[in-house]
Amino acid sequence: MELVTFWFILITVLWIGYLVLEGFDFGVGMLLPILGRNDTDRRVMINTIAPIWDGNEVWLIVAGGATFAAFPEWYATLFSGFYLPLLLILVGLIIRGVAFEYRGTIEGDRWRNLWDTAIVVGSTLPALLWGVAFANIVRGVPIDADKQFTGTLFTLLNPYGLLGGLTTLLLFAFHGALFLGLRTEGEIRARAIALAAKLSVPAIGVAVVFALWTQLAYGKAWTWGVVVVAAVALLTAAYGAFREREALGFGSTVLATASAVVLLFGCLFPDVMPSSTNELFSLTIHNASSTHYTLVVMTWAACFLTPVVILYQSWTYWVFWHRIGATKIPPGHGLPWSTPEAEASYR
Amino acid sequence: MDALDLARWQFGVTTVYHFIFVPLTIGLAPMVAIMQTVWFRTGDERWLRATKFFGKLFLINFAIGVVTGIVQEFQFGMNWSEYSRFVGDVFGAPLALEGLAAFFLESTFIGAWIFGWDRLPKKLHLASIWLAAIGVNLSAFFILAANSFMQHPVGVEYNAETGRAELTSIGALLSNNTVLWAFPHQITAAFMTAACFVAGIAGWWMVKARHQAQVDSHTRHEKVELYRPVFRFACVVLLVAGVGAAVTGDGQAKLMYQQQPMKMAAAEGLCETEEGAGFSLFAIGNPGDGHCDVQTFAIPGVYSFMATGDFNATVPGVNQLQAEYSEKYGDGQDYVPNLAVTYWNFRAMILFGVLGAALGVVGLWVTRKGRNPGRWFGRLALIAIPGPFLANLTGWVFTEMGRQPWVVAPNPDGDWTIRMLTQDGVSTVGPWSVGISLVTFTLLYGSLAIAWFGLIRRYAAAGAPGIEEAPDHDDDADRPLSFAY
Repeated sequence: MELVTFWFILITVLWIGYLVLEGFDFGVGMLLPILGRNDTDRRVMINTIAPIWDGNEVWLIVAGGATFAAFPEWYATLFSGFYLPLLLILVGLIIRGVAFEYRGTIEGDRWRNLWDTAIVVGSTLPALLWGVAFANIVRGVPIDADKQFTGTLFTLLNPYGLLGGLTTLLLFAFHGALFLGLRTEGEIRARAIALAAKLSVPAIGVAVVFALWTQLAYGKAWTWGVVVVAAVALLTAAYGAFREREALGFGSTVLATASAVVLLFGCLFPDVMPSSTNELFSLTIHNASSTHYTLVVMTWAACFLTPVVILYQSWTYWVFWHRIGATKIPPGHGLPWSTPEAEASYR
Repeated sequence: MDALDLARWQFGVTTVYHFIFVPLTIGLAPMVAIMQTVWFRTGDERWLRATKFFGKLFLINFAIGVVTGIVQEFQFGMNWSEYSRFVGDVFGAPLALEGLAAFFLESTFIGAWIFGWDRLPKKLHLASIWLAAIGVNLSAFFILAANSFMQHPVGVEYNAETGRAELTSIGALLSNNTVLWAFPHQITAAFMTAACFVAGIAGWWMVKARHQAQVDSHTRHEKVELYRPVFRFACVVLLVAGVGAAVTGDGQAKLMYQQQPMKMAAAEGLCETEEGAGFSLFAIGNPGDGHCDVQTFAIPGVYSFMATGDFNATVPGVNQLQAEYSEKYGDGQDYVPNLAVTYWNFRAMILFGVLGAALGVVGLWVTRKGRNPGRWFGRLALIAIPGPFLANLTGWVFTEMGRQPWVVAPNPDGDWTIRMLTQDGVSTVGPWSVGISLVTFTLLYGSLAIAWFGLIRRYAAAGAPGIEEAPDHDDDADRPLSFAY
């Protein structure tokens, strides 16, 4: 296999890792106001992802870095071309990351509500926009002979792109609800599973339309197999939700998310960013890649480091894999919003 | 303003902001790890309380450092896509390595450390904070290796066919002598930042505890005994790191003189070539207005010595270098960086660094042989905290602005064709997009900075937490979490 093909596959794997893992923590964030009826509920929800969300997000940083190193032209055209959606994604990721850490530091409703809003907005924006971005990559965008994106923000807001965004939004909400069913106990678990069952219907509906559109417009013969796997996984996930077998359901949404990424990247290959202006201007794994030497160096690094990373990340999942419920949440340990004593202590 | 100016402002704003938190993170992670190690080995609860106290302040800081880091990576593609196309083959590698080797390590083990109190075995929990600290420092190495390539490109050759810089040796890239000096300089500066932060807060508490009239003498004694050893430990770190920063800074200056003579001349505001040039302490008037008569307070010979190790050496001035550069790299380009910015930031870096380090000297002196300082010292300790922060910021502004107009400065001893002017590296993105994002980031970062400062102040003023009884391990599955958001 050519190294450029290997790197295309590796970047696919990094995106699978990112979207499968952060997919459920986006879902947990989006469902915060829906499933979290009081502060304790919301704290239960946040604590299911608190030790791991940061590690999940690193998959994105590595996917970005790997694209920069292996396909610099793709990185340059994509990131400058999708400027405003990426800006919104960054804003989302910034506010939600700070919110997880800061919400519990001060005891006060206004303080917590502010950061809860940040978590919801910061989870919803990327969950929607990653879908829009990937759908547009597969669909093709105007790229000129100099590998420059020549469209505008509105080029990206086409029906197929928006459907892609809706798909990831619903899929991640479904994925997150099943994750909460798996990681919580008591009333909140029951509510999460019931919500997962309700979400399964629109999620599957939209995902099927998007998958078929993708396959019919951009698919290859072998990607029909991926569509079938995705469909079976989604139906199994729904079955898991309705039968309250959340482990089966969650495992299935993992598979469904992974197959969605495989479908999109499979349709793309061997292009990395097709041009809608002229086929000859498309970025491919060949004309967008780094030199052979750089790829060799990066391959060695990836082969040594990736297994180690997967090993210790799995270890943290294993260590913190215990159900959390309202009874296990200790009283808040933040400082008071403001008291005369606190103010006096500064002097 | 056009897209270039806006993109440069955005790079400056986001990087400077990111860099308020990063040095503190780099230095504080190992310092908290050391505190926890002392507790682990001695069982002395004071060190456990110190670990939790400074660990909390560390986490408040870490959160913002992490989220603002993503912007840095994305920004190369968003605002500097032509630069990314030119050097992606070389520059992407250390960034990807940083993610794979360092970011995964720090983010995973920080999570394990925060939520692992009483859940992980003590040894494994201690290992977690050490692994996170190693990850943080490792990431500094990779990012500095990437930056050093922009200062002094090595391990690379120009491919005329593709029109880009291509990597020929990863070993050369990672052992660039620029990074071998920049890394220890940055690490010692980061340790100064963290040590001054710890010494400032612990010193303030040490004094305050003695003067708290409302607490009984037993509590008072206990509190003084809690903060005093932490304070002295931080003073030692501050002093050692301060000496280290000065030594490595001197090494960097000599290297800069060889690799980027223009930056060095600009740092001194040296317009004309001079024999036995002096080190200008400060100038009256604006060193940037092109006159060379601003060096009023200079120590003779010291600049020549700093640059070459010889007090009488002849060092080239800005005007001579501009002529040389024009001949070598083409006419019609101003190769002189903004003189006022480089001149003043270089001085500010040294001044703030020295002021920060002074806390270590004074602190060890006033606490010698069991002595206790007076009330004045509490104020002084707090005032010293911003010193190393400002030294870091002004140091980076100097390093980056001093490189202008280059984004990749040519290597005078290497392949001259590997060079790029900043104006050629910018994306072809419309100024509106860059303007919107500049405003967005400035407002967002501004509000987050207020939250950060408020929380650090509040938690520092609340003091070290008491220690609760460790829960029984028998009913592991049913007991409440020891730490929860």
